Amino acid sequence: MYVAVKGGEKAIEASRRLLEKQRRGDSRLAELSVSQIREQLRLAVARVMTEGSLYDEELAALAIKQAAGDLVEAIFLLRAYRTTLPRFGYSAPLDVGAMAVQRRISAIFKDVPGGQFLGATHDFTQRLLDFSLLADGGDTVLPAIAGGDDDAISLSPARLARVYDLLEQRGLIAQEEAPADAPDPVDLALEPLHLPAERPTRLQNLARGDEGFLLAMAYATQRGYGGNHPFTGELRFGTVSVEVSVDELDGAVIDIGDLAVTECQTINQFHSSPDHPLAFTQGYGLAFGHSERKAIAMALVDRALCSEELGETITSPAQDPEFMLLHSDNVEASGFVQHLKLPHYVDFQVEVELLRRFQANAHRADATDEIPLPVERDRDLAIQE
Amino acid sequence: MKSPCQWNETVTLPSKNDAVFRNGDYNFAYLDEQTKRMIRRALLKAVAIPGYQVPFAAREMPLPYGWGTGGIQLTAALIGPRDVLKVIDQGADDTTNAVNIRSFFERMTDVATTTLVQEATLIQTRHRIPETPLRADQILIYQVPLPDPVSRLEPRGTERANMHAFGDYGLINVKLYEDIAQHGSVAMAFDYPVIVNGRYLASPSPIPKFDNPKLHMNPALQLFGAGRERRIYAIPPFTSVRSLDFDDHPFTIQPWDESCALCGAPDSFLEEMTVDDRGNRQHICSDSDYCAQRRATQPAHVRHQEAMP
Repeated sequence: MYVAVKGGEKAIEASRRLLEKQRRGDSRLAELSVSQIREQLRLAVARVMTEGSLYDEELAALAIKQAAGDLVEAIFLLRAYRTTLPRFGYSAPLDVGAMAVQRRISAIFKDVPGGQFLGATHDFTQRLLDFSLLADGGDTVLPAIAGGDDDAISLSPARLARVYDLLEQRGLIAQEEAPADAPDPVDLALEPLHLPAERPTRLQNLARGDEGFLLAMAYATQRGYGGNHPFTGELRFGTVSVEVSVDELDGAVIDIGDLAVTECQTINQFHSSPDHPLAFTQGYGLAFGHSERKAIAMALVDRALCSEELGETITSPAQDPEFMLLHSDNVEASGFVQHLKLPHYVDFQVEVELLRRFQANAHRADATDEIPLPVERDRDLAIQE
Repeated sequence: MKSPCQWNETVTLPSKNDAVFRNGDYNFAYLDEQTKRMIRRALLKAVAIPGYQVPFAAREMPLPYGWGTGGIQLTAALIGPRDVLKVIDQGADDTTNAVNIRSFFERMTDVATTTLVQEATLIQTRHRIPETPLRADQILIYQVPLPDPVSRLEPRGTERANMHAFGDYGLINVKLYEDIAQHGSVAMAFDYPVIVNGRYLASPSPIPKFDNPKLHMNPALQLFGAGRERRIYAIPPFTSVRSLDFDDHPFTIQPWDESCALCGAPDSFLEEMTVDDRGNRQHICSDSDYCAQRRATQPAHVRHQEAMP
């Protein structure tokens, strides 16, 4: 007799309980705290804040905990929460030149004013598993190094000129500036994406775009799919102030807090056009927290997406704004790819019926060696206009 | 228009008028009132231009894109404390996704829910139109994955916008022609494209083409939400909806030789069930409410006679 499996409320409730149990894992082990995630998984927190489009380390850490470490799921949780937050206003553009820098490198000059600062990076760690971390409890004791303590190594928050500005002074590159009559940037959280999209809109989209997607597309441009020849003009990580001007206080500008951000500016092949004097071109990437891979990939993709404006031939997906901007978001992509888990009984059933009918047609045609004639013998239900 | 670098003059907080806070953490029906207003405006435009896809700023919802966020946002923008909500997926009220969406609105609104079509004021659906005819005081809300029927042929939205603007639907008609030339009939069994009000080509959502005739001159307001693709469109009550066809190949719907094994319905959409390891099959109404109501109101021998004509 009829035994169709249709899930019900009980199954969903049971599934939620099971998921919660699995998230907790072995209860004989101490539970992971949100503050531990925030402090010790800071790079995961940075990615979740960046692609979740919400700067809140505590909530990002909570999302990572709740999602059992599935970062795309954590990003989704943060986005869904963000929807419920009222928008109070817009800050002034960040002054990244005034960043309290913790790390700053340039790949185009051996020495830059202010100097190069390696800061904390995995770049030169030799990627050997550190088995001392296997031991529970007790902090790793770092051997002392010549030249003083770590605090002395970190930078004073003096203003460090951006390498980019130095190039601009020499006339080698032109910073893109919005014309005086340019409309306000679109807020993609509140307005749908319209194409063609201006560069500020594209950058907004890329900033919350999936790191893996941007990484792969940036890599493809380096290998020839989109012809990027970038130099890292500058990569910097540190904290910047967020300032807003408040109407109620006669437009007084108030510093409402600091953000940790990573900024990457690439210098790309030179170019000239009637509108642009012969000069290098640029790509730009910005991400919350310490997110270098994301920032560099974003800069490469940003430059590739400028192809049309620069009059370059568009040959690759990375240069195609519609392709890139409509597929960069992992909350959208993950949802739609995984919706295939939902029941499609009805659609599949009618496809089966259609296939059977076509198979019967083909069989009949083989038998008679004639071109198949239309054999739709269904109930005639033509609709009257 | 907003101005960057400045606070908005009026800070908008969730309004509390008719929308009672049921769940202390969230506004009534989850969305804030500003967002609901934005969606309602898009809806007015959609109703004014039947079949036209109105862009709207879909929000991230707490359910995934592709799982009904468009329909959920429409329901959230329309639902009021006195509404009665029905949610179906594949025609049934008890499929997991329908259960989940219904329980989401129970949590976020506290409105009454039902499985009976005739009791519902709002019906959110995925992949089916109820068998029971709808009334003028009901709204049917469809979850739509891909709102533009041309997207399978032309992935570029910018190109498709032009096609819609000029009513240039040659591409899809060529696809129909090629299907007929190759297979003898159109090779689309669900999400079968329609022309709304003699003007705009639209997707009926992935309903089986069996349901397409119900779109036409339906007394209920039919609303379509595509969250991920950020589009809303509408078929107002009593609007003509024509399924694409040719004069010599008129649109037809699929027949069954069987009737429902449970209620005997000879005219409803049937799901095929494999009932044992030997591949024996049964056919059951996909509309669980329709089937249950028939079984409740009809004596067994009548059902049996209908099932065995």
